[in-house]
Amino acid sequence: MSQTDTPPRELIAFRIGDQEFCVDIRAVREIRGWSPATPLPLAPAYVRGVINLRGAVLPIVDLGARLGLGTTEPEARHVIIVARVGLRTVGLLVEAVSDILGVAEEMIQPTPDIACEVVRAFVKGVIPVDGRMISLIALDGLLPETEVEEAA
Amino acid sequence: MEAIRATFFQECDELLSDLEAGLLDLQTGAGDGETVNAVFRAVHSVKGGAGAFGLDDLVRFAHVFETTLDEVRTGRLAAGPDETALMLRAADVLSDHVTAAKGGPAVDQTAAAVVAGELERLAGVEAGGGAADEEPDFGFVPAALSLDEPSGATGEWRVRFTPLAALYRNANDGLLLLRELERLGDVEARLDMDALTGLDAFDAETPLLTFQVQLTAGPEVDEARIREVFEFVEGDCDLTITAPDAGGDADTEALLARLMLEATPVEAAPVTAAETPVAVAAAPSSGGGEPLVQTTIRVDLERVDRLIDLVGELVINQAMLAQRVNEAGLARNGAVAVGLDDLEQLTREIQDSVMAIRAQPVKSVFQRMPRLVREVAAATGKRVRLVTDGEGTEVDKTVIERLSEPITHMIRNAIDHGLEAPEARHAAGKAEEGTVRLSAQHRSGRIVIEVADDGRGIDRERVRAIAVDRGVIAADAVLTDEEIDNLIFAPGFSTAEAVSDISGRGVGMDVVKRSIQALGGRIVITSRPGLGSTFTLSLPLTLAVLDGMVVTVGDHTLVVPISVIVETLQPKAADIRPLGPGGTVLAVRGGHAPLIDIGGVLGWRGAAAEGPPGGVTLLVESELGGLAALRVDAIQGQRQVVIKSLEQNYRQVEGVAAATILGDGRVALILDVDGLIATRRRAGSAPRPQPLAQAS
Repeated sequence: MSQTDTPPRELIAFRIGDQEFCVDIRAVREIRGWSPATPLPLAPAYVRGVINLRGAVLPIVDLGARLGLGTTEPEARHVIIVARVGLRTVGLLVEAVSDILGVAEEMIQPTPDIACEVVRAFVKGVIPVDGRMISLIALDGLLPETEVEEAA
Repeated sequence: MEAIRATFFQECDELLSDLEAGLLDLQTGAGDGETVNAVFRAVHSVKGGAGAFGLDDLVRFAHVFETTLDEVRTGRLAAGPDETALMLRAADVLSDHVTAAKGGPAVDQTAAAVVAGELERLAGVEAGGGAADEEPDFGFVPAALSLDEPSGATGEWRVRFTPLAALYRNANDGLLLLRELERLGDVEARLDMDALTGLDAFDAETPLLTFQVQLTAGPEVDEARIREVFEFVEGDCDLTITAPDAGGDADTEALLARLMLEATPVEAAPVTAAETPVAVAAAPSSGGGEPLVQTTIRVDLERVDRLIDLVGELVINQAMLAQRVNEAGLARNGAVAVGLDDLEQLTREIQDSVMAIRAQPVKSVFQRMPRLVREVAAATGKRVRLVTDGEGTEVDKTVIERLSEPITHMIRNAIDHGLEAPEARHAAGKAEEGTVRLSAQHRSGRIVIEVADDGRGIDRERVRAIAVDRGVIAADAVLTDEEIDNLIFAPGFSTAEAVSDISGRGVGMDVVKRSIQALGGRIVITSRPGLGSTFTLSLPLTLAVLDGMVVTVGDHTLVVPISVIVETLQPKAADIRPLGPGGTVLAVRGGHAPLIDIGGVLGWRGAAAEGPPGGVTLLVESELGGLAALRVDAIQGQRQVVIKSLEQNYRQVEGVAAATILGDGRVALILDVDGLIATRRRAGSAPRPQPLAQAS
């Protein structure tokens, strides 16, 4: 754990409600404004629908709803973070992008042990920045994989 | 290396189909001397490529085959019906060998050995009998054998090898050949510096290198073995081989090297001369020395797909632009509008041209069928002639890939169930040989494939009895002849009383029908007792675009594939009747079809039955051949849409086949009607559509 050996990880920080989250910048393809999505039938509540991203059909995940923070009513000021999750490309609906952070690996603290299952599933660590706390999100498992998970 | 291998297999496929086509020509008597040559070249080239990849089994079989073909080519063996039949079988075995080399199933060695044995007998006996008193000619193998060097000598062979321009032009590589030599023994290769010219005389197109190779090999190596290495570049290089006893002492090799430059050609001159006729004969096999004018290129499919995606976006963008201009209220005859019209025209042309790149003749599927027919005919003991028509009919690659399976099924069915045994045909006053006609043509924007046999036709009594027996139809159902014929596509129906080895294997015709419908296609059978049956399969020309009906459901825009829509209608309130709790049926065409509210099934509005009557109803044909009525709010129009995958970034959604992008840039979902009906049925509130209540 030498300090010079680990280059700082670059993370994109964004806001949902009064909480701040971040994802690894390497997973992020682009950030674009909100445009109305076409709803999908029988989809989980956190899947807002699909939009046209230059000819590709892109599913939009309401990250707030996915994390159990309540559904977002999207407006023009909301943004979509286009991210690569495994082999898929997914749009994440968030309120606003706040920052780009360079964080050394050792600055990332383990997630405090709280009971919330969603937090355990998606929050891979927390980072203290200027007196705020930013949660590092892992994107795997964001989309429903099987019919079983489908909870319309 | 993998890429070269892939190219080799691609070429093999082409060569094998040339081979089969040539043999079929010979069989029908349409072939001539050039056909024989073409057939020979095909086998020879397969063998050549296989040799380079060390596919020994393949090479060995191809060699036997080639030897026999050579007998035919030189006119010592007449290719009668029996001979061509054997050669067709040999072509099948060769094709099996190629498949095995690709990583496919292993070759049936016994069958292959039998064919090889027959080939050898054919070549050996005929050649021995017919050509006993002739001059031994310089055919491939005989020439090589006649030059046997004193065997038993372990020694140093000297090989002088000068690749000519033609060698490189035919995509051979001298280096690979030298490596190949290493398989025979220790190789010491050096460049002959004296053969080099100065830079002033240098011509970039002419190879200058001459290799002087010293090969230390065991007694099992003779000149024929060495010459074999260079077999495929004969005529494309200067080659002299000097046997160990002619080469002299190994220790003085360095001293002698220079002398040999002079000595070798002289010494080997008879060899070279003797080989000349062979070289000439074999020259066409490597593509000849003539420069080939390339009229086709191989392109990675991914690149074409990317192009198609881009054009799809261009179409969408153009539509968006047109809509914006329209909204902006610009004058219809203004410069902008005129320019936009031109753009639309161009866009459409580009789209058509790009789609044409992926269009391929159905030949690639059709040419696999003669073999199938031979095999099925042999297994059933029937005599069958396959006639194909319209092989040049073009269709999108995505569709081509899906054609093979249904055609295979239809042909199997036609031979197994359609055609009678020779005796029965004879008794019925027909030719003992049955005919199966496979044809393709374009008809109103679709490709129509027909498989027709001249057999006994469908035994309607029996089909009906079986259908009743298996519960496919009610015992008292009133069906037209046409409906009875098409019962063979009903799930749970198989006509063969005893499941036969041919048609009973694998999937039934119901599965075939379902997979065809999934592609937006239709399949029907028509039959005339005693005269035969005809399967008719129609498919869209491409799976990249789809003709759709754009409809409105609530705030949503959806696309329904035109291919499933039978009729659109505005039902009267009196025709909508409740059935059971929450179920509704629509009286239509003298029957009742379940009425399905799309918005309800997709979860976009509450209980379907509560919705106001009115709106528009699309009468669609479901996978079971039954009808269903889909209620939508309004029809926007008919449009060709570009199909986009939902699975790529999300996953399959029940009731949705795919997505598309409309003129306003928004995504619209394309309905999967069968899936929708299935979803509805599982929900438990809809009555089952009546199977075959309506024949399309």
